[in-house]
Amino acid sequence: MILALDPLYLTNIGLAVVLIALLKVVLAFAIVLVAVLFMVWFERKVIADMQHRIGPNIAGPWGLFQTLADGLKLLMKEDLVPEHSNRFVFKLAPFLAIVPAFLTFAIIPIGGNFESKGGSVRIFGYDTYLQVADPPIGILLFLAMSSIAVYGVMLAGWSSGSKFPLLGSVRASAQMVSYEAALGLSVLAVILQTGSLSTHEMVADQAAGGFLGFIPNWNIIVTGFVPFLIFLIAGTAELNRPPFDLVEAEQELVGGFHTEYSSFRFAIFFLAEYLNTINMSAIIVTLFLGGPSGPVLIEGIDWAWGILWFLVKLFVFLFAFVWFRATLPRFRYDQLMDLGWKLLIPLSLGWFLFLAALNIGNDRGWNPGVVVGVTIVGGFAGGALLMAAIRTARTERISQEVDAHG
Amino acid sequence: MSEVIVFFFAAAIILVGAVGVVVARNPVHSALFLVQTLFGVAIIFLIQDANFLAAVQIMVYAGAIVILFLFVIMLLGVDSAEELDVDPIAGQRPLAVVLGAALLGVGLTVVLVAAKGITGARATAGGEHALDNGLSDVERIGRVLFTEYVFAFEATAALLTIAVIGAVVLTRRAAAADMLPDREPASFELPPLAPAIDEEEEH
Repeated sequence: MILALDPLYLTNIGLAVVLIALLKVVLAFAIVLVAVLFMVWFERKVIADMQHRIGPNIAGPWGLFQTLADGLKLLMKEDLVPEHSNRFVFKLAPFLAIVPAFLTFAIIPIGGNFESKGGSVRIFGYDTYLQVADPPIGILLFLAMSSIAVYGVMLAGWSSGSKFPLLGSVRASAQMVSYEAALGLSVLAVILQTGSLSTHEMVADQAAGGFLGFIPNWNIIVTGFVPFLIFLIAGTAELNRPPFDLVEAEQELVGGFHTEYSSFRFAIFFLAEYLNTINMSAIIVTLFLGGPSGPVLIEGIDWAWGILWFLVKLFVFLFAFVWFRATLPRFRYDQLMDLGWKLLIPLSLGWFLFLAALNIGNDRGWNPGVVVGVTIVGGFAGGALLMAAIRTARTERISQEVDAHG
Repeated sequence: MSEVIVFFFAAAIILVGAVGVVVARNPVHSALFLVQTLFGVAIIFLIQDANFLAAVQIMVYAGAIVILFLFVIMLLGVDSAEELDVDPIAGQRPLAVVLGAALLGVGLTVVLVAAKGITGARATAGGEHALDNGLSDVERIGRVLFTEYVFAFEATAALLTIAVIGAVVLTRRAAAADMLPDREPASFELPPLAPAIDEEEEH
């Protein structure tokens, strides 16, 4: 079995090891729930600030307990199941949304000493990684879970038996399926660089040394910024967050796929949405910004530094997602599809081929200048062909429509 | 031992799902049972250390193909329970029973007669692709795909691309004139205004 990458499972598996594994699961669960409470409050506060409002300020210091109060309120509301709904699927859908979100968090390394101990920390006399699991398929689990998450949205909309949720869910699934391709292609660039699917390996690879000693060896630089940008855009679309929130566009679809949901089931969807936002930020940090790797400044508490660096990096992206929401107007549906299929997918594919060519050139000792030159020429030729194809199709379509109208 | 327990657990999931696909009256429920079966197969892959296959099983089959099924079911509006009492093709059901029994018979014969052949011995017999040559399953699949089977791999890729392009070309015809929305008139004629109320009269 290659499953036991974590040094914890290399020792004799006894009661203590099982208890530590259980502790990690329970802790991850608790951390995630608290993080969601914080994230909802943070988003409301920052948006309020950007719109010159005060935001929640009554419940607790700075309104910190507002989310808790809202959650309790949702629990006590009446639980409605619409008359024309498909009852079983209607009740199943929220769980199909939340479970993948929790599972994704399991593969994220949230701490560990990557400077001298290979990313492990010592708990109760055992060395272990600070992540719930480090499966060999690693980042593929994230991609698999994000494709499973489509079910929750899609079935919620269909089973509600009403038109706004159905329209919302068809939009959502089309959007999520389209942007998954760009998401996967930009992850491929990182996998190519690391040579492993494991998230722990990715962080360890980025922590090792650095160019000129002071520029970090992060994948955002090593893979040349483009995959990072594509991942950020496609990730925002995958989350159905603004500016890609056509799924629940209030002006058009009431509330989108969860229009008919109330009470606890709505709370689960809400939780899943924010959980996915946190997961996506954490995955970006893991893939491109070196995860919890960073210098250990005080030797005695080496376990704390990884967590600190991870939180600092995570915070940047949590803020960025809120910032997008406050700043950018919503896309139109055809703009959304154009961006995904005609720009992001070709660009990420081309950039992936470029990185692959560079790697092969390195192995074979080709002149890097020639490799870059040939790739640029090839890229331009491919891009020109693609643009010509799109333009021809468009002019043809317009002329046909003009003919049809006479 | 633990492998056996997991196997029976996964087999139960697969069988319940497979029976459900056939028995469920609502097409969407059938699709969901299919997803359950696919997950069970993924578990079987996992206990055989085929981690990559398990991930791909979920990403491709559960995450893309069944989603497409659901799309078609929802968009074509066949999402109500099917009328199962009327047989659209005469003699379909007895034929199905006969063919199903025949298939089961062939399968059982192969397993019972040729049981010695199906030990997986060829796959593990050593050589370049032996199971324990130290590479992870991802690397092994990659090496085999891009060396030994590279032609078949490329041919499959070309075939899929051709299928996609063909589908787009065949379905995207110019819209007929009566299907297009009416053009907006160049100028609107406002309806006549309501007669003005004479405020003095109201007093």
